[in-house]
Amino acid sequence: MLRITVIRRSRIPPLARLKISRYLAPPVRPIGGSAVFQWTLAGNLPMTDSNQRIVITGIGLASPNGNNLAEYRANLLAGKSGVSKYEIRYIGETLAGICHFDPLKHQKKKDLRRGTRAGSISIYCASEAVADSGLNWSKVPKHRVGVFIGITEHGNVETENEIHEISQFNYDTAVWSHHHNPRTVANSPAGEVTLSLGVTGPHLCLGAACAAGNAGLIHGLQMLRLGEVDLAIAGGVSESIHTFGIFAGFKSQGALATNTEPTHASRPFDLDRNGIVVAEGGGLVTLERLPDALQRGARIYGEIVGHAMNSDATDFVLPDPTRQAECMSLALQRAGIGPEAIDILSSHATATEQGDIEECKAIRQVFGDRPSLAVNNTKSFIGHAMGAAGALELLGNVPAFDDHLAHATINLDRPDPRCELPQIVANLPRKMDRVEYILNNSFGMLGINSVVIVKRFSGV
Amino acid sequence: MSADQVRQVILKILSRIAPDNDLTGLRDEVPFREQMELDSMDFLDIVMELRKAYRVQIPEEDYSFLNTMASTVSYLLPRLQTATA
Repeated sequence: MLRITVIRRSRIPPLARLKISRYLAPPVRPIGGSAVFQWTLAGNLPMTDSNQRIVITGIGLASPNGNNLAEYRANLLAGKSGVSKYEIRYIGETLAGICHFDPLKHQKKKDLRRGTRAGSISIYCASEAVADSGLNWSKVPKHRVGVFIGITEHGNVETENEIHEISQFNYDTAVWSHHHNPRTVANSPAGEVTLSLGVTGPHLCLGAACAAGNAGLIHGLQMLRLGEVDLAIAGGVSESIHTFGIFAGFKSQGALATNTEPTHASRPFDLDRNGIVVAEGGGLVTLERLPDALQRGARIYGEIVGHAMNSDATDFVLPDPTRQAECMSLALQRAGIGPEAIDILSSHATATEQGDIEECKAIRQVFGDRPSLAVNNTKSFIGHAMGAAGALELLGNVPAFDDHLAHATINLDRPDPRCELPQIVANLPRKMDRVEYILNNSFGMLGINSVVIVKRFSGV
Repeated sequence: MSADQVRQVILKILSRIAPDNDLTGLRDEVPFREQMELDSMDFLDIVMELRKAYRVQIPEEDYSFLNTMASTVSYLLPRLQTATA
C-alpha cells in the first residue's frame, strides 16, 4: 500500500491546520494505467486504513412483504409475494407492491399531513435503522450525522395531486397548495428525516433512477471515508405507486405487468413475463467506520468492501451489458477480489424482456457458469421498488451471512433460454456452502449502473 | 351562516390542520398559537380551506384577524353570511 502524507502550509488556512492525506486506499487500485487517488480532509480524524472500512450497523426497511428485516427475510425464504391488486386515479385497477408499515409509529398525524409519502417511508426506515443500530441517539452528535437517500424520482405524486385539485376548481391556481414546493424539492425525503430525527449534518437525495438504492449507500460510504460525517443514514426509498404517471408511462412503453393472480405478476427471467410491477418501499441503514462500530460494540451486519457506478452512454431506456459488466468488474476490483469470490449475486432484472436478457449477458461475461454462484431476484417477490430497489434487494440478502441460504427467484416456471444462467436460484431457496460475499446489481434509465459488494464481517 | 356555524367551520378546519391537538377546550379569546401547534404554513392552510370551501378571499393584510377564534368569527361572519354551512 502506498501512503503519502503531504502538508502544504501555504495552501492551508492557518487556523484550520488540517492535515491532508493523499493516499491510495487498499481497495482502490490503479485503473486504466492511472492511479486513482482519494483526497481526504482529515480534520481531527486520523485516516487509518481501518477508518476507511465502512460497516452496516443498523437496518430499517419497509417492503411490501415485510416491515422489518426479520419479517422480510422470512417471507423471502418462504416464497411469499408482496404484490397485490391496486387502484389508482386514471389507471383504474392494476397491480402494485404496497407497504403496510404503521407511519404513526414514528410520526404524528400532523407530520403526515405536512410531509410526503416518500418522507414518511424515509422517516420510518431511518428511525427503525437507528433503533436497530443500538446507538444511544440522544448522545449522538447530530451535526456529525448525514442522511443520504437514493430516489428514482420525487415530486410527481404531489404535482399530480395538485393538478387534480385545481382541476376541481376550473384550474384556478389560487387553490394550488403552498405546501407544493417544500414537498417537491428534490431533497425533501432526506430533509424530512433530518426534521424528524434532529439531524443537523448534511442531507441529500440522490437522483439515480433505479440504481438509486445503491447510490445512496455508496454516497454514505464516501462521506464517511472523507471524514465529512461520523454516521451515515443511507439507502433508498420510493413512493412511486402513488403517481399514476409511472404506471401510465410503463403501460405506454409496453412494460407494465398484468396477471390475473397478482402474486404471479412479477416474473423476471420467465418466458411468461410481461413487464414491471411497480412497488413502493424503503431500505435505509446506519453506516459507520469500523473502529467506531467496534468501539461501541455494535452488531455488524456486513462490510461494504466494493462499489462502482458508471454510465452506458447509449440510450434513454435500453441497457448496455458491456457497461453493466464493467461496473461489476470495477466493484470487484475495488473489493480486491475476483469474480470467483462472490457467493450470491442479487440481480436487478425487472421482468422486461430486454432488461433481463442484457443483464444475464453481463453476468455471464463476468462470472461465467460457475455453479457455486447463486443468482437471485427480489423483484419477483415485491415488484420493482424503484429508488428503494437496490437497498431492499441487498438487505434481503444480508441475513444469508448467518443462515447460509440464498433466497429464490419466484415465479420462474418457464425459464427464458435467452436468460439462461445455471446459477439462478429458482422458486426455492438454496443452501449455500459458504456466504462470504454478496454482490448487488442495480441499474436504471439513462444508462446508470451501480454495484455494491458486501462482505460477511468476521472480525478485524 | 350564523356565528356558531362559522365557529364550527373553523373548528373543523383546525381539526384537519392540527390533527394531534384536542380542540374541545379551545378558548375563543386566546390566540390559536398559544393553544395549539400552528405555524405560518398552517395559517395559510386555514386561508386555503376557506378559499376552497366558500370562495372567500382573505387578503394578506387581513391575516391578523385570524389570531383568535373570536376575531376569526367576527371577521368571517359578514363574508360568510350568504354561505350555507
